[in-house]
Amino acid sequence: MASKPYNEMYLGDSEARHQYLRYAQWLKAQPAERLTQKRAEADALFHRVGITFAVYGQEEGAERLIPFDIVPRVVPREEWIRLESGLKQRVRALNAFIHDIYHDQQILKAGVIPSEQVLCNSQYRPEMQGVDVPGGIYAHIAGIDIVRDDAGEFRVLEDNLRVPSGVSYMLENRKMMMRLFPELFSAHRVAPVEHYPDVLLDNLRSVAPTGVADPTVVLLTAGAHNSAYFEHAFLAQQMGIELVEGQDLFVRDEAVFMRTTQGPQRVDVIYRRIDDDFLDPLVFRPESMLGVPGLLTAYRAGRITIANAIGTGVADDKSIYPYVPEMIRFYLGQPPIIGNVHTWMLRRKEDRDYVLAHLPELVVKEVHGAGGYGMLIGPAATKAEIDIFRKQIIATPDRYIAQPTLALSTCPTFADQGLAPRHIDLRPFVLSGRDVTIVPGGLTRVALREGSLVVNSSQGGGTKDTWVLES
Amino acid sequence: MLSRTADHLYWMSRYVERAESLARLVDAHYRMSLLPHAPDTLQLSLRSTMTALHMEEAYKQRHDAIEPRTVFEFVSLDRDYAGSIFSCLRAARENARAVRGSLTSELWETLNSTWLDARALITRRAPSPDIGHFVEWVKERSHLTRGVTIGTMMRDEAFHFTRIGTFLERADSTARILTAHQSDLVPGAGASQVPDPYQWSVLLRALSAFEVYRRVYRDVITPSKVAQLLILRDDMPRSLLRCCKEVYHNLRSVKNEHSAETERRAGEMHAMLHFTRMEEIISAGLPRFLEQFLARLHDLSDRIASDFLLPPAEA
Repeated sequence: MASKPYNEMYLGDSEARHQYLRYAQWLKAQPAERLTQKRAEADALFHRVGITFAVYGQEEGAERLIPFDIVPRVVPREEWIRLESGLKQRVRALNAFIHDIYHDQQILKAGVIPSEQVLCNSQYRPEMQGVDVPGGIYAHIAGIDIVRDDAGEFRVLEDNLRVPSGVSYMLENRKMMMRLFPELFSAHRVAPVEHYPDVLLDNLRSVAPTGVADPTVVLLTAGAHNSAYFEHAFLAQQMGIELVEGQDLFVRDEAVFMRTTQGPQRVDVIYRRIDDDFLDPLVFRPESMLGVPGLLTAYRAGRITIANAIGTGVADDKSIYPYVPEMIRFYLGQPPIIGNVHTWMLRRKEDRDYVLAHLPELVVKEVHGAGGYGMLIGPAATKAEIDIFRKQIIATPDRYIAQPTLALSTCPTFADQGLAPRHIDLRPFVLSGRDVTIVPGGLTRVALREGSLVVNSSQGGGTKDTWVLES
Repeated sequence: MLSRTADHLYWMSRYVERAESLARLVDAHYRMSLLPHAPDTLQLSLRSTMTALHMEEAYKQRHDAIEPRTVFEFVSLDRDYAGSIFSCLRAARENARAVRGSLTSELWETLNSTWLDARALITRRAPSPDIGHFVEWVKERSHLTRGVTIGTMMRDEAFHFTRIGTFLERADSTARILTAHQSDLVPGAGASQVPDPYQWSVLLRALSAFEVYRRVYRDVITPSKVAQLLILRDDMPRSLLRCCKEVYHNLRSVKNEHSAETERRAGEMHAMLHFTRMEEIISAGLPRFLEQFLARLHDLSDRIASDFLLPPAEA
């Protein structure tokens, strides 16, 4: 890596940044044994509460903890204010974009984005063409991945507009920190996040089909074996809504009902945590047992709200990502507040030539990949791995984008040898309904392996509590 | 509430109750095995118990002779046998996990840590767990689970379905244990002409009724009084009457537009036990009575499933 990453806590070797002054003092005063004991306590508590995620491909019931690190990531107030307005701006533009491409397609007509990039995208859902959704909102819940580069600038790395997860860790990590270190919360004014479920429920109710006075909201899960099941159950419980599986719902006369002990009950809003492909076996994958036959008919008739809407995937695709700053200008007439990471689109010849000549320095990503899979990190890759990617890029350039290897900012983190800097990112959750709201904070993910830039939990990442300071 | 949620809650509590019932049976036999006794008395009791619980076949597939130590481990710890205590704890936790949002976090954490501890115990290489301690622990965890249920859950549908599961399972368990010992309960009807004190202690301990018997009757143990206690006493927590009363009352609290007949049948069972005298049961034949009781119980649980838990599509 060419340049030195930005350290979130320290300015030089030991001088703490202003937002970390009190924390650094406190940290220095803590006996090592106390911290070790607190870490063990956190582990035991997470296990007992069952905050685990299922690991695919392992024996039934294999559940792992996502490692939790006790050093918080602290965001000063002024940085948060800027982040917040940048995130709201971005998500407004993304919603406007999705509405546009399923209606008049002005952005395509204006030539801002090449039509084939959108219309030939596998995530574009022709079934949604001309369908009006309440408030014109498609991405009701967006998880925007933010990184900080070596210059200390925040940048958007990725937009997650389908079924973004991780918010339960934001909430549980805070609860854990307050339980382990209550004294820290009297010394800092940390913006609360506990009300997220209320805000989410309010948001979901605000997008109910028109004319429904007291909407019934449910959370649709794939079931207890899904990797994010804990989060589904957690959110449903916190919102006080039913956690349903496809088999619990049915469609009659273009309306959706759930099977209850007191007979069928009408459902108005589905917060779904399964992908488009599985929602309705009559329209999408016929073999899907997770969805509800006829759901799309009810949806198109405007009798049910699905959040997020069907067809949002076209906007968070990595091949569309490079155009988001343009969308912001196009729909809002504003300059983007938070920039993208520079991205080469390998279907363009000049970009491709550059990238192929610089593969060992760059990160190459598959356009449809997610979760840190299908990715080449040049500086960490072997020559053989680079050659494989080179061949694949030449064969199917459309499938890839490339970005510079970012020196993601670091935060001190507990490792085997004690505290050491590890790379982190941030996923705030942006809710769109009647308004656009963001609970101050998000999920900070940390790459626990030394030098690693991959923060995904499936790839050995951990999490931290995220503090937005109120003063 | 969702039918599927009710179904999971119902089975969650059935499995906890089943684990406890099995733990009681193992515990009673285990104590017997520590006392001086005629070896065939213990064997006989183990055999008839396994028959009444439909465990014999699975046991024979895995083991040869009925040897107390092997039976205890099979019933308690066999992770591949779906009817073992270990498997019941796993099933209880799996059902709880499927509806953890409908449980209080205290209840979920109790069930989850029971399972985590049981799994840690069984996957530990050596030494193999002490059976006496294990079953004692299972009983304690069951008490704790029930206590947390009663102490933390709202008295809503979720609670009532949990209770229905508990008492249907308990009624089933009591009826089966009585079946295993029916020859001792009817003088002259079976092999043991003279009531065997060891058998009594097994039966009574397995149903937590040993001390109760002493307190209620202040008398030597006689077969018909034992039967009276375990079938017809309203104040005996594991008696058939008490269990049916609880099922009936909880069922009334969750009634829906299809459940009238189910409620009627539950009420009928309760009334039958409430107004029957022991002499009538004996003269009609205890084995026949128990067989009919189990059949009616089975019918009732089927009806509860189709009325509430797994309603037919488009109901």
